[in-house]
Amino acid sequence: MMILGSGLLALIAVSAFVIVRTDDVTNQIIALSFYGLLFALLFFIFQAPDVSLSQITVGAIALPLMVMLAITRMKHRAELNSRQEKKP
Amino acid sequence: MSERRRLLLFLFGAVGLAAIYCTGIRNLPPFGDYRGPYGDVIAQLAVYQRHATDTVNAITYDYRGFDTLGEEFILFSAVTGVALLLRPDKEERKRRNQQQSNPASFQDRAALSETVQVLTTALFGFSILFGFYIGTHGQLTPGGGFQGGVIIAGAPMLLYVAENFEAFRRILSHPLIELFEALGAAAYALVGFVALAVGAPFLTNVLPLGKTGDVFSSGTIALISACVGVEVAAGFMLVTFEYLREILAREKNEED
Amino acid sequence: MLDHYPYYVAAWIFLCGLYGIVRSRHLVHTVICLCILQSSTYVLLLAIGFRKGGYAPIFADISPGVVTVDPVVQALMLTDVVVEVTVVALLLAMVVKAYEKGRTTSPDDLRFMRG
Repeated sequence: MMILGSGLLALIAVSAFVIVRTDDVTNQIIALSFYGLLFALLFFIFQAPDVSLSQITVGAIALPLMVMLAITRMKHRAELNSRQEKKP
Repeated sequence: MSERRRLLLFLFGAVGLAAIYCTGIRNLPPFGDYRGPYGDVIAQLAVYQRHATDTVNAITYDYRGFDTLGEEFILFSAVTGVALLLRPDKEERKRRNQQQSNPASFQDRAALSETVQVLTTALFGFSILFGFYIGTHGQLTPGGGFQGGVIIAGAPMLLYVAENFEAFRRILSHPLIELFEALGAAAYALVGFVALAVGAPFLTNVLPLGKTGDVFSSGTIALISACVGVEVAAGFMLVTFEYLREILAREKNEED
Repeated sequence: MLDHYPYYVAAWIFLCGLYGIVRSRHLVHTVICLCILQSSTYVLLLAIGFRKGGYAPIFADISPGVVTVDPVVQALMLTDVVVEVTVVALLLAMVVKAYEKGRTTSPDDLRFMRG
């Protein structure tokens, strides 16, 4: 159990570094989902099931959803702007 | 400031922080050796004092209920901030009044397979039921208002995936959602005032405690959990709707 | 050193998040690095409350005399995880508005904000 916990902590440290070095935002969302899943597993192994349930729902549903909604809205606005600039 | 200089300044600060931090944690007890008294005291007493088997939820909504009230208000003000920031400004209202039709589509969507549509629409009801189960059984097993609320709020996204935009827009733009969000936040404070009315300090557990292991047990913990669940679900649905407002309006124009 | 292994991991994640914020070129990337910064506090809190051989503090299937881990820090983490997402939504709303007014997502190019 301790070996599993230490391995998971090492994997989390590596994932954190990979996420900050990813430059494309859409790729970062996928990496962030994976990072959230690792955290849910970590909370479960360290005997915190309530927090693990919170992290699963939030890290897999809510957080990537919020970031993707923001990116979708920005892309939509960019498309509208480019269409308006093409008209006159 | 150029990027190299910014990075050098950061490295300088980071090395200093790391040095001070490592000196500081050398004197902590080793990992796995928990010495503090409070955790043991609460773990031994919570089941008998509050008739709740989930100690973490008993702490969240009862022993440290005032902190959770503050966190819920953070959530409420963040949702209000999003609604204020993303409200339609003058340009958007002008664009919506002109009702221009857009011949080119936003994304060249391939036709969605019927399997996906049927499956996601069927999972919608199941998700709502599961969210209610988690939200109401917080005092017995891991769960509670926060988790249940997020699950319920994530369920309408299944309708968006199934491309049922009309149902999605009708659910999310319903005026009851704003009402429930405000009611959920207010009800938590009102439960605290009920305790004041009986003569006990604010947010004391004054309702009958019931039998341990029942769903209707542990007094105000279940009630507060339900209020928080309602508020979190409505808050997330409101935030989703604010972000998708103009995309949904455009889909409605295309379908006309 | 092995005794305090999770505390070092928490410090490493904190510094990674800070490094990402410093060299970020896209505002959404900055917000995501802020998320990672906050997750380092979860590792720290979890490590403080852990006890070797302790069970989870849920007494639905174990009797109340059993040795458990600390439930107080778990209560702190639980509300924090959900509230963080709403604050991220607020920050992203600000990013979206800055993009709509300034037509750019790079923090270096937001010239209209210079006072």
